Amino acid sequence: MTNYQGKAWKVGNDVDTDLIIAAKYLNDASDENMREHCLENVIEDFANVISPGDILVAGKNFGCGSSREHAPIAIKAAGISVVVAKSFARIFYRNAINIGLPIVTAPDAVDEIDHGDELKIDVDTGELVNVTKGKTYKTEVFPEFIKEIIAKGNLLNYVKGQVK
Amino acid sequence: MGMTMTEKILAAHAGLESVKPGDLISAKTDIVLSNDITGPVAIREFRKLETEKVFDKDKVVMVPDHFAPNKDIQSAQQCKELREFAMEQNLTHYFEVGRMGVEHCLLPEQGIVGPGQLIIGADSHTCTYGALGAFSTGVGSTDVAAAMATGETWFRVPESIKVIVKNKPKDPWVSGKDVILYLIGKIGVDGARYQALEFTGEGLQYISMDGRQTIANMAIEAGAKNGIFPVDNLTKEYIKDRFKGEYTVYESDPDAVYSMEVEIDLAELTPQVAFPHLPSNTKSIYDIKEDIVIDQSVIGSCTNGRFEDMEIAANILKGKKVAPHVRLIVIPGTQEVYKECVKKGIVDIVIDAGGVFSTPTCGPCLGGYMGILAKGERAISTTNRNFVGRMGHVESEVYLSNPAIAAASAITGKISSPEEVK
Repeated sequence: MTNYQGKAWKVGNDVDTDLIIAAKYLNDASDENMREHCLENVIEDFANVISPGDILVAGKNFGCGSSREHAPIAIKAAGISVVVAKSFARIFYRNAINIGLPIVTAPDAVDEIDHGDELKIDVDTGELVNVTKGKTYKTEVFPEFIKEIIAKGNLLNYVKGQVK
Repeated sequence: MGMTMTEKILAAHAGLESVKPGDLISAKTDIVLSNDITGPVAIREFRKLETEKVFDKDKVVMVPDHFAPNKDIQSAQQCKELREFAMEQNLTHYFEVGRMGVEHCLLPEQGIVGPGQLIIGADSHTCTYGALGAFSTGVGSTDVAAAMATGETWFRVPESIKVIVKNKPKDPWVSGKDVILYLIGKIGVDGARYQALEFTGEGLQYISMDGRQTIANMAIEAGAKNGIFPVDNLTKEYIKDRFKGEYTVYESDPDAVYSMEVEIDLAELTPQVAFPHLPSNTKSIYDIKEDIVIDQSVIGSCTNGRFEDMEIAANILKGKKVAPHVRLIVIPGTQEVYKECVKKGIVDIVIDAGGVFSTPTCGPCLGGYMGILAKGERAISTTNRNFVGRMGHVESEVYLSNPAIAAASAITGKISSPEEVK
C-alpha cells in the first residue's frame, strides 16, 4: 500500500528522538509502552488524541539525535500512517524505511499545512494533496532500491532472500 | 576525479574501484555493534531471519552499558537477553559488567576498531571511531540485525565537508570538546546532515587521540553520517599496542571533491558552552556574564570519559571542595580508565572534593539513572546532548562543556571558567 489519507498533526523543527520517545522508556521496547509515551512532551496525550491513520507533519531535521529504532516504532505504534517533514535526520530516515514507517520529504508543502488539514499522500508517486487547502505538491521520490525495501514491507523481508 | 577517505573506504568495502556521493552501495562490515538498549531489538529481528549464526563471531560486538549495571528489573531483562545471545553465538567481544565500559570508549581502547575499517553500530555515537581513520556510523537495530546475518549493509555515499583545523591553541583550557561544540554552533545541528565531516589541517597535531575521539563522537550532533580523521603518528602510536592485525591507511586525494570547507583557528578558539536545548546553542565561556547556578556536574560519557578527561578534571578539583549545593558525578569510560584513575590518585581527589566516582555506565547522559535531574534543576555536563528532558525531568536543563569547565563549575556552583578557581 502506498496511499494514505488522514488529518495533519504539526510539530516544529529539530524534534529529537528523546522527544519522540524518552530514554527512560527504553527499558521496555513493547509496542504498547512505545505507543503510550510517543511524543508525550510535544502534544499532550498524543497516543490517545490522534486517530489511526493520521499524518504527522514536521519541520526540518525530524528525528535528530539517537539511533533508537524505538522512535519510528513508537510513531507507528501510536497509529500515525505517514510522516511528512521538511527534512529527516539520517538515522531516523533509515530506521523508518527499515521498519516500514512511510516517510515523505516535502519542504514546500509543510509550511502551507495547518494543524488539522486533511492530507492525501501517494508515497510511490510522491504526490501530496492538501485536501483542505485544495493544493497539490510533488515531493521527493525514493530511489528504486529503497522502493524495493518499502515494497517488501521492511528491511528484514528484503534481506531474507539473501541470507545464506 | 579524486576520492575522499570516506569514499575510498566505502569503495573498498563495496568491492568497487570508485564511488561518488549519491551512489547507493552494499558494503561489507568489519564490526557490527549493539548495546543493551538496541541489541535486544536487533536480536528479536535477527530471530525472524532464516539463519542461526551471526556472520562472524569475531565481528559482532555487544556491550551492556546504557542501563548497566542493571538499573531496574526491565533493564535486567534486556541485559539478560543480550548476554544469552552473546553466549549462544559464542561472541568473542561481549563485555560483561566488571569488564565493560561505555562502548565508544571501550572499543578503541581494546583495539577492536582501527584504521580503514567499516563499522556500524546501533548507537548514534558509533561515529567516534572515525578518530582512528575508520568509516564508522550509527544505524538502527534492524540494520544491525540484517548485518549480523549477512555481514553487509547498504549506504548512500555521503558528500564530504572539509574541516580545516589550523594553528595551535592559545587558551590552555581548549580541548577537542571545544572544537566540536564550536563547529556545531557554526554549522548547526543539521549543518552536516547526511554528510561526512572530514577533519584535516596542521592544527590536528595539537589534538590528542582522546580529543579526536571527542570530536568524531559528536559529528552526529551536526547531523553527520560520520566524522573522520587522517591517520598520523599520533594515531599509529595509539593503536600500536592495541589493534591486532593488519590495517589499511586511506588518504584523501588532493583533487577530492568537498561540498563545503570550514576553517577552525585553534589560536582563536575559546572554551565553549552549549546552552539548552540544542548542542548548537554555543557561547564562549568568556561571554557568559550572568550567573548560571547549577545543581549537578557530570563528567564522563562516550564523549568525555577517557583518561585525559579525568586528568583534566582532577587537576582542577585537587585540594578544592565541591560547592555545598552541587552534586559532582564523575564516571570513567572504562575499567582501564578507572584503574588508571586509582593509580594516579584521581579517585582520591574526586572523593576528597566531595564528588561521586562511579563505575562505568552511560547512566545520566541519556537520563537513565545515576544522576537524574528533578523539575527545574540544572546540570553542566561533559556529555553530548542537551535536548529537552535529556537528563531527567522535562523542565530540567543541561549545559554542555568540556571537563575543565564542568570541574570548575562544580567548585563554584555556577557555570565557570577554570580561570576562576585557579
